[in-house]
Amino acid sequence: MADEFTWLAWRMPVKMPAPDPQILARRAHIVNAMRDIVPGEGVIDQLEELAPYESDALTAYAQRPLLVVLPQNTAQICAILRWCNDHQVRVVPRGAGTSLSGGALPVEDGILLALSRLHRILEIDYDNRTAVVQPGVTNLAVSQAVAARGFYYAPDPSSQIACTIGGNVAENSGGVHCLKYGMTAHNVLGLKIVLMSGEVIELGGKALDMPGYDLLGLAVGSEGLLGVVTEVTLRLLVKPQAAQAVLLGFTAVESAAQCVADVIAHGIIPAGMEMMDRPAIHAAEDFLGVGYPRDVDALLIVEVDGPPEECRHLMAVVTEIAARNGATTVRVSANEDERLRFWAGRKAAFPAIGRISPDYYCIDGTIPRRCLPEMLGRMTGMSRRHGLRVANVFHAGDGNLHPLILYDANVPGELDRAEAFAAEILRTCVAMGGVLTGEHGVGVEKRDLMGEMFNEVDLAHQERIKCAFDPAMLLNPGKVFPNLHRCAELGRMHVHHGVVAFPEIPRF
Amino acid sequence: MSQPIRYAPATATEVAHIVAEAVADKRSLEVCGGGSKRLMRMPLASAALLDMSAIAGITDYDPDELVVTARAGTPLVEIEAALAERQQMLAFEPFDHAPLFGNTPGRATLGGIIAANVSGSRRLSIGAARDHILGFAAVSGRGEALKGGGAVVKNVTGFDLPKLMAGSWGTLAVLTSITLRVLPRPRAETTLLFKGLPDEAAHRLMSTAMATPAAVSAAAHMPSPSAVTALRLEGFGPSVDVRGRELLRVLQPLCTGDTIAAEQSRAFWQRVRTLDVLPRTNHVLWRISVPPARGWQVKSLLAPGDVQCVYDWAGALVWAAVPEDAPYAGGGRIPAIARSLGGHALLIRAPLALRESRTADADGDHGLKRLHQRLKAAFDPREILNPGLDLFT
Repeated sequence: MADEFTWLAWRMPVKMPAPDPQILARRAHIVNAMRDIVPGEGVIDQLEELAPYESDALTAYAQRPLLVVLPQNTAQICAILRWCNDHQVRVVPRGAGTSLSGGALPVEDGILLALSRLHRILEIDYDNRTAVVQPGVTNLAVSQAVAARGFYYAPDPSSQIACTIGGNVAENSGGVHCLKYGMTAHNVLGLKIVLMSGEVIELGGKALDMPGYDLLGLAVGSEGLLGVVTEVTLRLLVKPQAAQAVLLGFTAVESAAQCVADVIAHGIIPAGMEMMDRPAIHAAEDFLGVGYPRDVDALLIVEVDGPPEECRHLMAVVTEIAARNGATTVRVSANEDERLRFWAGRKAAFPAIGRISPDYYCIDGTIPRRCLPEMLGRMTGMSRRHGLRVANVFHAGDGNLHPLILYDANVPGELDRAEAFAAEILRTCVAMGGVLTGEHGVGVEKRDLMGEMFNEVDLAHQERIKCAFDPAMLLNPGKVFPNLHRCAELGRMHVHHGVVAFPEIPRF
Repeated sequence: MSQPIRYAPATATEVAHIVAEAVADKRSLEVCGGGSKRLMRMPLASAALLDMSAIAGITDYDPDELVVTARAGTPLVEIEAALAERQQMLAFEPFDHAPLFGNTPGRATLGGIIAANVSGSRRLSIGAARDHILGFAAVSGRGEALKGGGAVVKNVTGFDLPKLMAGSWGTLAVLTSITLRVLPRPRAETTLLFKGLPDEAAHRLMSTAMATPAAVSAAAHMPSPSAVTALRLEGFGPSVDVRGRELLRVLQPLCTGDTIAAEQSRAFWQRVRTLDVLPRTNHVLWRISVPPARGWQVKSLLAPGDVQCVYDWAGALVWAAVPEDAPYAGGGRIPAIARSLGGHALLIRAPLALRESRTADADGDHGLKRLHQRLKAAFDPREILNPGLDLFT
C-alpha cells in the first residue's frame, strides 16, 4: 500500500486541494447516501474498479476518486449535487475522459460524477435544425443520427468517436473544421444545467438568442466548474455537397506560412487548413503510408467544401497560391477516398507519434498566425536545450499549435523536462500575443500558467463568477485557477476613499 | 431627464478613476456610447452620465490575422469603413438602431454594439456579435480595470468573459477596448426573391431553403401587401451562381423566385435593417426571438390585422409593430406568447408613459434571475453601473 501511494504521488506533479480527512473517514456513509439516490450498479466503490477513472487522457496526472457515481437522469444529478452541497463533498464531472488538460482528473475526497449513462438523443427537430441530446452522447453519434437527412454537427474534435457532447461543452472543443464552422460555443443553442445547489437552470433553447446575460456563452468552456450539463441543444448544419483537399509540401516553413496567409488574403476561409512539420510528417507516413512527401519541412492540408463548382474554383486559386510560394508537392484529392486518406495521416498524428516514443505530451496553444515560422524556429532551440524531440501539428488557419513532446516516463526526470519544455512553449505563445490554450482547456495542466495571461484582478473577476454559481467551490476543484481563494475573500470590496482622482477630467 | 454630472473620460485609466470614485461616493453612472439605443429603455436614475465617446479609435487592425481592436467609443461606421478598405467586414452585420426611432444613423459605437449584442441578418448563418468578440478591456463596477479573452480566434483560456460582456448592457463593466474577429467580405452576392407568400408559407420556404446545401446567409420575409421572401447567397461568383440556380429549382414547387443583382441585394438587406416597411408613428416596436419555424405563429396568436411583422433569421427574429392603442401593446401578453413558443420578447420602441406602466416580468425563471443578481453582485456589488436597467423587459 505504501508503495502504491508513493507511485500515485509521483504521478501528481501539480498540487491539488488537500483531501479533507473527515470526508475520507465518512466514505462508507457517502457511498450509502449515493446508493439511495442511484440504485443498482450506479455507484462504484471497489478500489480495483476505480482504477479506470483515476485519470483522463492526460495520463501523466492520476489520482483515485473517493467513489464513482453514474447517474441515469437529471433528477438523480440534482439529488447527488444537492446532497454533496449540503455535506460539503467535492464533485468532479466526467464524460468520456478524453480531456487532454486533466479536466476530469478526480480528487481523492470527491465523487467522480460519470455521465456516460446519459447517452440518449432526445429529439431531432429538422424544421428548426436542432438536436437535443444528453451529455453522454458521443460527438460523432450526433452527425450519424442526422446524416440520412443530409445534416451534421459541425465541430469535429479528433477524438470524436469517443468524446462526448457534455465534454465538448465543458471544454468548448474545436476540431479541424472550426476555422470555417466555429467551435462548440458557436454551435450550441441551449443547455440544461444543474448547479451545485441542485437547482436546474435552462439557458437558451431553439431560438437564436436569449434575454439577460449570456450564461450560455459563459457555461460553454467553463470546464465543469459552474454546473453539470444534462441536456444540450445543438445547431445542425446541412452537409456541404462536396469537399476536396490538397496536399501542399514546402521545403521551407516560411513558405508554407506565407501560403496560409495568402489564402486568407484572397478572401478564402477554407473548411480546414492544417500544417505538419517534418517529424510529424515522417511519423504519420511511417505509421499509415498515406503518401505524404518525406522531402519537405512543412506539409499543408487545405480543404475546401461546397458545391463542386465552388471546390473546383477555390482549389484552382489555392494551388496557384501554393505554386507561387514554391510548393514542391501539390496533390489535389481526386476522389472522396483520397481526401479521407489525406486526413487519415493528420488525424492519426498522435498515435503515430505514440509509436516512435514511449510517451508523448500534447501541447495546445495559440499564436498569431504570422508567428508560426518564428515559433517553430524557437521550438528547435527549446528541443535542444531540454534534450527532448518534438513533432508539430498545427491548425494553421487559426494559429492553434499542437506540439507533441516525445519523452519516456520511465527515464527519471524526463517527465519534468517535458513539462518544463511545454511551459516554455506556452509562455512563448503568450509573449507572441497568443494564448495558453486554443481548444484543450486549462484543466490542471495549464492552471499554474494562468498568471502568464491574466493578472490578479482579471483572475479575481473570473473566480467571482465561480462563486456566483458554486459558492462553496465544490465542483471540479483544483482546475483552471492557480490560487484557491475563498468566495468571502473575493467578494470584499476595496473602496479607495480620499482625494478626487483626475480633477482635470471634464465634468459638465 | 437632466443629469447633474457628465463625465467624458479620454482614457481607460480615467474611466477606472471615475468608477472608483463613484464607488467611494456611492454614486451611480449611466454608461453611454453614441446614445443610439438610449430610447430602448427606461431613463436610468443615475447620478451621472459616463460618456464614452471620447475613448475612440482603432488601435490595431491586422487584416492578415483577421483581427481588429478598437476603443469602445469608436463609431461603428469608422470601423466598417476601415475593414471595407481591405475587403473585410464584421460578419455579424451589426446595425445602428437610430433609424428605428426615426433618428439619423452614424453615432452607434462599437461598445454599444457589443454591450447590446447587436447582430443583423447574417446572424442566421455566421453567429451573433457574441460569437465574434475575442477579447476586451473594461472597468468593472468595482472600479478595477480588467481584461478578458485574447487577440486570437481560437482561445479557451479561462471563463469566456467576452461572451458575458456581450449583451450585458454595461451593467457588469464599462468596456473600454474590444477585439473582434473579422472575415473577408464575400466577393459576390445575390438575393432570391419570392413574392406574394403568406407568412406561414414563407416560413416553410425559408425552412426548406435552410435544409439545402445552398448555404443561405440570410433569410427574411417582408409582409403583405407587397409580401416578399428573400434568401441571400454570398461567396465566390461561380459558387453563388450555381447555388442560386439550384435553390430556385428546389423551391420551384413552393414558389417561383427571381434573382436580383448584388446592388439591389444590398439595398434590400439595408431595408431589413432599418425596418422602413413597418409603421413608425403610433406603433410600438417589439423584437421577438423564437425558434425559426415558429416565427409566423407570433402574429397568428396575437390579433391578426393589427400587428405588422418583419421576419428575419429565417423566422427566428420577429420585428412586430403594434398599434400603441392595442390593449396588449406594452403588457405581458406578447412576452407570454414568445415564451410559449420557446423564446422571448423585448420592447424596443414605445412612448415613455407606456414603458412606465410596465411592470417587471414576473413569469421568468426565478433561479435564472437569482443567478443574474449574483453575477451582477460579483462585478458591481454597489450597483454603480446602469442601475435599474432590466435586461428582461
